[in-house]
Amino acid sequence: MKVKVISRNPDEYLRETKHDIHKVPRNYDPDLHPLQSAREYVRALNATKLERVFAKPFIGNLDGHRDGVSSLTKHPKRLSVLLSGAFDGEIRVWDLPSRDCIREFTAHNGIVRGISYTTQCDHFITVGDDKTIKTWKASKPQYGEEEEPVNTVLSKTVLTGISHHKDKGHFATSGEVCQIWDETRNEPIKTFSWGVDSLHDICFNPIEMNTLATCASDRSVILYDMRESEPLRKVVMKLRTNKMAWNPMEAYSFTCANEDYNLYTFDTRNLKQPVNVHMDHVSAVTYVDYSPTGKEFVSGSYDKSIRIFEVDKGHSREIYHTKRMQRLTCVQWTLDSKYILSGSDEMNIRIWKARASEKLGPLKPREKTALHYSEALKEKYASHPQIKRISRHRNVPKHIFNAQRELRTIKDKDKRREANRRAHTKPGEVPYVPERQKHVLKDQK
Amino acid sequence: MVKKNKRYFDKSEEKPSEDATDINSDKIITFDISDIKPKHFNKKKKQQNNPIVRKKTVNPKYRGKVPVSKELLNKYSQGKGANINGVRTIVHQKKLEKKEHDIKLATEIAARAEILLTEESGFLEADDGETTTQFTQKQIVDSVDITSAAKQFDLSLDFGPYKSRYTRNGRHLVLGGKKGHVAAFDWVTKKLHCEFNVMESVHDVCFLHVETMMAVAQKDWVYIYDNQGIELHCIKRLNKVTRMEFLPYHFLLSACSDEGYLSWLDVSIGKLVSQLNTRLGRLSMLAQNPWNAILCVGHAKGVVSMWSPNSREPLAKMLCHKAPITALHVDPSGMYMATSASNRELKIWDVRNLNGPLQDYKLVTAANHLNFSQKKMLGVGMGNVVEVYRDCCTNSAKKPYLRHRFVTSIESLNFCPYEDVLGVSTSRGFTSLLVPGSGEPNFDGLEANPFQTKSQRREAEVKSLLEKIQPELITLQPTAIGEVDVASLKDKVEARNKLLFIKPKKIDYQPRNKAKGKGGTVNMHKNKKILQGEAKKEFISNTKDLLPKFEQPRKVKPQEKPFNILERFVPKKPKV
Repeated sequence: MKVKVISRNPDEYLRETKHDIHKVPRNYDPDLHPLQSAREYVRALNATKLERVFAKPFIGNLDGHRDGVSSLTKHPKRLSVLLSGAFDGEIRVWDLPSRDCIREFTAHNGIVRGISYTTQCDHFITVGDDKTIKTWKASKPQYGEEEEPVNTVLSKTVLTGISHHKDKGHFATSGEVCQIWDETRNEPIKTFSWGVDSLHDICFNPIEMNTLATCASDRSVILYDMRESEPLRKVVMKLRTNKMAWNPMEAYSFTCANEDYNLYTFDTRNLKQPVNVHMDHVSAVTYVDYSPTGKEFVSGSYDKSIRIFEVDKGHSREIYHTKRMQRLTCVQWTLDSKYILSGSDEMNIRIWKARASEKLGPLKPREKTALHYSEALKEKYASHPQIKRISRHRNVPKHIFNAQRELRTIKDKDKRREANRRAHTKPGEVPYVPERQKHVLKDQK
Repeated sequence: MVKKNKRYFDKSEEKPSEDATDINSDKIITFDISDIKPKHFNKKKKQQNNPIVRKKTVNPKYRGKVPVSKELLNKYSQGKGANINGVRTIVHQKKLEKKEHDIKLATEIAARAEILLTEESGFLEADDGETTTQFTQKQIVDSVDITSAAKQFDLSLDFGPYKSRYTRNGRHLVLGGKKGHVAAFDWVTKKLHCEFNVMESVHDVCFLHVETMMAVAQKDWVYIYDNQGIELHCIKRLNKVTRMEFLPYHFLLSACSDEGYLSWLDVSIGKLVSQLNTRLGRLSMLAQNPWNAILCVGHAKGVVSMWSPNSREPLAKMLCHKAPITALHVDPSGMYMATSASNRELKIWDVRNLNGPLQDYKLVTAANHLNFSQKKMLGVGMGNVVEVYRDCCTNSAKKPYLRHRFVTSIESLNFCPYEDVLGVSTSRGFTSLLVPGSGEPNFDGLEANPFQTKSQRREAEVKSLLEKIQPELITLQPTAIGEVDVASLKDKVEARNKLLFIKPKKIDYQPRNKAKGKGGTVNMHKNKKILQGEAKKEFISNTKDLLPKFEQPRKVKPQEKPFNILERFVPKKPKV
C-alpha cells in the first residue's frame, strides 16, 4: 500500500519575522476562483466610482494681475516658468512650484497680444496693442536696474499675435498682414497678405518648422510656407476661427477653435473637410492647446469652462469649471503633460490636473500595478450601462446645463425638420450631409 | 586532466561546436529571385530592400519554451474567443485581434504557472491483490506522517445528533448538537474557540464569511454568534430553518425552512434580500452551486429545483428520481450534481446542461448524505456507513475508494477544503477521517488561506466586502455579465430607428358595395378620411409611449406664485 496525504509545513507558508510581508501562494485554477466575471465587473464599477470620487482637478491659482489675463506662454525648456500678459499691458513671470510671481513689469501701452520665447530661451518677445514688438531678457534685471526692453521695434501695422520659429532666429507676427521677422533686424524680412482681412492669430508648425498658419477675420485659416513668396492655401469656414494649434506629434494636423462652439481638426493634405468635429462647448471657443503627446487637446471657451478632448473623439472627456472662473482667454497644457494652466477674464491664472483623478507624487510599485489593473478593468467594462453612466456624468453649472438643453432642442428640431422635408419630397432631393461637410465653405489655393 | 573550474555543461575542447562556426563564418544565404512569389512582393515591400536574409541559428538543445499541453490550456481557457471575420473595419479587426492575442497569452501564462505549485496531491494506491476499499483508517493513519495522523480524530459527544461545517479555508470547524450543544474550534491545532449550550434544539450550523461569526438555526429562529459564543443577532425573519448555506461572494446567508420558505439574508447590511414560498412542501435539503451561486433544493416528489433571489419561480426544475430525494450536492467546480433518492438510486448530473444523468448507480441502501470533495470525490453516507467514490462522475465507479463503518447513524458529511480529510458527524459525536487525494493541495492565498493571520483576515474581509457581488447578478449563466446582449441591443436600435421619423401607415379602405343612391363618391371619400385620421391618432399615441424617455419633451411644472402675506385675507373659495 502506498499512501500520501496533504501535509503542509507551516514554515513554508508563514513569514519568518514580523518585518517580512505575508506570503501569498497563488493558484490560478479557475475552479478556485468562481464568479470571476461578476467579481471583475464589481471591481470595475468600484474603480469607476473611485475615479469620480477622487476627481479633484483644481490645484491652485496664481493671483496678482490687475486686469484680465490676455496671454499665457510656457517656457519651451523649463517646466517651472510661466509668462503671462494682461489686458493692462503688464507681464508677469511665475515660478509654478512655489506659485510665486518672480518678476512683473508693464511692457506695453494697452493689451499684451502675444508672448514668445526665442530659440535660445534667453529672451522673450512681446507684441502689444501699441504696435510695438519688444524683446526682453529672460533673466531678471540686476538690483537697481530698470526693466527695459533689449530691443523695441515699431511696427507699421496693428499686431495681434506672435509665434517664434522653433529652430532659427525668425519669428512671425499677425495683424493686418502676416510678417516674418529676423531677430536681428528692425524690418520684416517677408510679408504675406491674402485679401484685405486682418489676421488675429498666428502659429508656427513645431515639426515642419517652415510652415505656419494664421486665422483671419474673413472666417478663414491660411497656411503659409516661410520659404515661398505667396501664402499656400486657405480654408473658409462658416464662422470665424479664434485660435488654432498644431499637433506637436503629427506635422500635418491642426485644430481650430471656432466661434460656432465647435473645434475642428484638419489634415493639411485634405482641407475640404475636417477630420473631426469636436462638439460640447455651449459658447464660442476662444483657445486651444495640444498636449505634448499629441493625443489630446484642451480648449477654453466663452462659456466659462475648460474642456479636454481626445483628438479622435467627437466629444470631450472632461469639463473643468469653478464658480469664480469667468470667460477663458487662454489655456495651456504644460510640457510634462500633467497640468493645464488657464487664464481668464477675472485676473486669475488657474492650475489644473490634466487627469482629474490622478494621484500626484511618486507611486509605490504595488499602487501602480493596482491602478493599471483598475484602468484595464474600466476599459474592459466601459460599455456596461451603469459604468458608462457613472464615468460620463459631470455636474455642470446651471448656465451650461440650460444651454446644452437648448442646443439639443435646436439640433433635434433641425433634424426633425430635415427628416420631414426628406419624407415629403422626391427621394434624393434632400441629401444626407455628413456633419463634417457642413462647416467648410471652400478650400482655396 | 579536467580543469577544476570547468563546468559540467562546458563542451569538450576537441569538438568545436558547429553552431559556433556557423555564427563566426557569417554565411550569407542568397535567395534566387524566382523563389520569391510575386504575391509577397506586393504585400511586404521590406523584402525588396534587404533581399539578403540571414538564417536564424537555433541551438537544437534550447528550442524555446516547452509547449503547454492541450488539456492544461483547456483547463485555463476562457472560451472560444470572438469571430474576427464579422468585424467590418480593419482598425477594429486589428484591435480585436490584439485583444484575442492577449487573452490567449494570459491563458498560456496561467497554464505555465502551474509548474510553480509547490504541493502535490495525496493518493492511496493498492498493491496487487489488494483494493483500496479494504484499508481501514487505522492502517492509513499508521502509514502517514505524524502531523497527518493527528488529523484523524474522534470526538464522542453527548448532545447528538450533530451537524458540522468547515470554514471556507478549511481551518475551523463548528459543531451543533440537536440538544443545543454548539462548539467552534480550530480543528488542526484543536484549539477551542467557544462551547456553549443554546438550551434549544439546533438544526443546522454554518460559518459566515469569516470564522469569527457563525449562524445557528435553532428551534424557532436563526441566531448569529461570534467566536466567543456571544449572541450577536437573532434573526426572527428566518424561522423554523432546517438548512443553511452561505454564499461567500454575495454575503448572502440562504436558508430553507420547514414551512417551505427559501430566504436570502444579506449579512453585510442585515437586509433580507428575498424570501419566497417555494410551494413545494417542507424543505430539508439545500445545496449551493458554487459556480453560479444558485441554490438547489431537493423535494419529496423527486424534483430538484434551482432558485435565485431574483425570481419567484424556480429557474430550473429537474425530475431526478421517481422517489423522494434524500440528499444532493454540487461539486465545487459547479459541473456535477449528485442526487440520491429513497429508492437507493444515486445519480450524477451535469448541472451546466441540465440534461440526462451522466451516471446512474444503484446503492445497497439509500444514501442520506452526499458530499463532493475539491478533487471530485464523492462521499456517500448510508445509515452508519460512509463510502467514498473516486472518478464517479465521468466513469462509472465499480467499487468505493474507501469505506468506514460507524456505530451510530451519520448525521452530516463534509469534506474539509484544502485537506485530505472527511468530517463525519454522527449522533454520538464527530469523526475526522483521512481520505487521501480528496483535497486541493495548493490553495490561493487571496481566495482562502488556511494559514491566515488575524491581520490578513481583517484585510481580506475588507477586500471581499468591497467586491461584494449584488444579488441581482445571480443567474444560471454567471458569465452573462461579460457578454454582449446582442438580441436586446438589436431590438433597441431597431425600435429607435423605426420610431424616429416614420409616417403612419395608410390604411387600405375598401368600401362596401351599397345600394345605388345610398353612398356616393363624396361620402366614401369622407369615410376614408375619418378612418385614416383615427388611425393616425392611434399611431401617434402609441409611439409616444414607445419613444425613449429623453426624446419626449420635458414637462415643466407651472411655478406657484410666492405666498403674499396679504393673501391670507383673500377668501379661500369665492362665494357663490
